[in-house]
Amino acid sequence: MIHARGLTKTFGPVEAVRGIDLDVSAGEIVGFLGPNGAGKTTTLRMLTTLLRPTSGTATVAGADLFADPAGVRRRIGYVAQGGAIAPFSPVGEELVLQARLYGLSRRRARERVTTLLAELDLPGVEERTTATMSGGQKRRLDIAMGLLHRPELLFLDEPTTGLDPHSRANLWDHVRRLRERDGLTVFLTTHYLEEADALCDRVLIIDHGRIVAAGTPDELKSGHGARTLDEVFLAVTGRELREEAAA
Amino acid sequence: MTALAALTGHYLRASFGDKFGLAFGAVQPFLYLVLFGPLFARSGVGSWEVLVPGLLVQLGLTSAGMAGFGIVFDHRFGVLERLRVTPVSRVTLLLGRVLRDTVVLLIQAVAIIAAAWALGLRAPLAGVLLALLLITVLAVGLASLSYAAALTMRQELFAPVMSTVVVPLMLLSGALLPMSLAPAWLDVVSRLTPFRYAVEGLRALFAGSYASSALAWGVVVSLAFAVVGVALGTRRFQRENA
Ligand SMILES: Nc1ncnc2c1ncn2[C@@H]1O[C@H](COP(=O)(O)OP(=O)(O)OP(=O)(O)O)[C@@H](O)[C@H]1O
Ligand SMILES: [Mg+2]
Repeated sequence: MIHARGLTKTFGPVEAVRGIDLDVSAGEIVGFLGPNGAGKTTTLRMLTTLLRPTSGTATVAGADLFADPAGVRRRIGYVAQGGAIAPFSPVGEELVLQARLYGLSRRRARERVTTLLAELDLPGVEERTTATMSGGQKRRLDIAMGLLHRPELLFLDEPTTGLDPHSRANLWDHVRRLRERDGLTVFLTTHYLEEADALCDRVLIIDHGRIVAAGTPDELKSGHGARTLDEVFLAVTGRELREEAAA
Repeated sequence: MTALAALTGHYLRASFGDKFGLAFGAVQPFLYLVLFGPLFARSGVGSWEVLVPGLLVQLGLTSAGMAGFGIVFDHRFGVLERLRVTPVSRVTLLLGRVLRDTVVLLIQAVAIIAAAWALGLRAPLAGVLLALLLITVLAVGLASLSYAAALTMRQELFAPVMSTVVVPLMLLSGALLPMSLAPAWLDVVSRLTPFRYAVEGLRALFAGSYASSALAWGVVVSLAFAVVGVALGTRRFQRENA
């Protein structure tokens, strides 16, 4: 579903991503973990056609990132870290517009919005604006935006940040259901490592723009003699900081 | 095509929901019409038929020209990025907004012309309708360039920079006083701005001189302006946003 080789991205002097190889198969849920500033969002924005890689190649959902960005866009959903809904227009209209941009008729778009809002525990919010909604409700709306067109591959950038434990559990259940029902492939970032452990088939840990560990949660834990993914995370990231401290 | 209709309809509904915003873009030319127009019409420099075309170009600058302001918020709230992940072509993403701005401008233009009619404007109907067509072309270029500017400069600079840039462009177009009165150097500078040709083209239409070279130049320059505007605007939508 995702095959990337040697992806890099530099912003002026900042090497945000320094050569990443990725392989994600259809139907997998893969967690992309790493400290703040490690390059997670930058990588996701490259894979979703929002940011042109400085170098490297990738096919995403069967389409070449450079040759056929529209093909990639048609098949993926992306939920950005910072949200994607302005506070001034009714959310129902924004959702219907978004669905129509993927070719749904007005009627089909309305139906789809109603079902999806119910599935995400947000029934009847169509007339409201996000200015009147809680942080968790807004986050679930962002996720609804990414799922409207039933993508094959979903990118979630810290989807559960700011959600209470119930909402987080509910969202992960929803993601699991979509994988089982529709074979959805999910590539997600999160800082909640116990959740990644419970949910993900595989995790990749990125630090300073490089992948420093990859495998199933169990492989990673046993490989590092760790009891939790937190311990693995602490062992494999922040090496530069420790080296600086030692020097 | 569905995508373009969906986008334009969505933005139009938002604009019609905001009556204040709809009126606001036309406030400046309306003030000129009511507080300066009667003076102008009695000054011996020209009549309502000379002033109103100028005010329509001023309207273009203050209404469609400031359209980019709206995208600043969409950019900030991540809406633009969400739209850019959809398969919709970049030119459609731009045109959805631009068509809305054009419709808004036409409504404002009709309101100005109607008010001017009440004050004493008289022009052939065909000329007025063709003028609205020419204004449509101009609006497409202006709104597109406004979005290109909004996506290029630092967000907080857009409003102050654009509202300042609009002033010399309006003065140099001869919108308020015909450039035939200008000293040679000012006339030359004025000819370097596209709006000079638009104003003179519109004046020709209001005067009913459909075969004049002023009209031909107005049409050619406005069309070229629209093409350049859309091309630049599309490029800004294509570009990765930092
Ligand atoms: N548009 C940009 N211009 C300049 N530098 C950038 C830009 N975007 C990201 N960076 C830098 O690239 C590096 C990686 O940032 P990125 O947002 O990918 O991190 P992240 O792993 O998503 O972090 P977080 O967990 O905090 O979201 C950081 O050093 C960041 O400052
Ligand atoms: Mg991030």
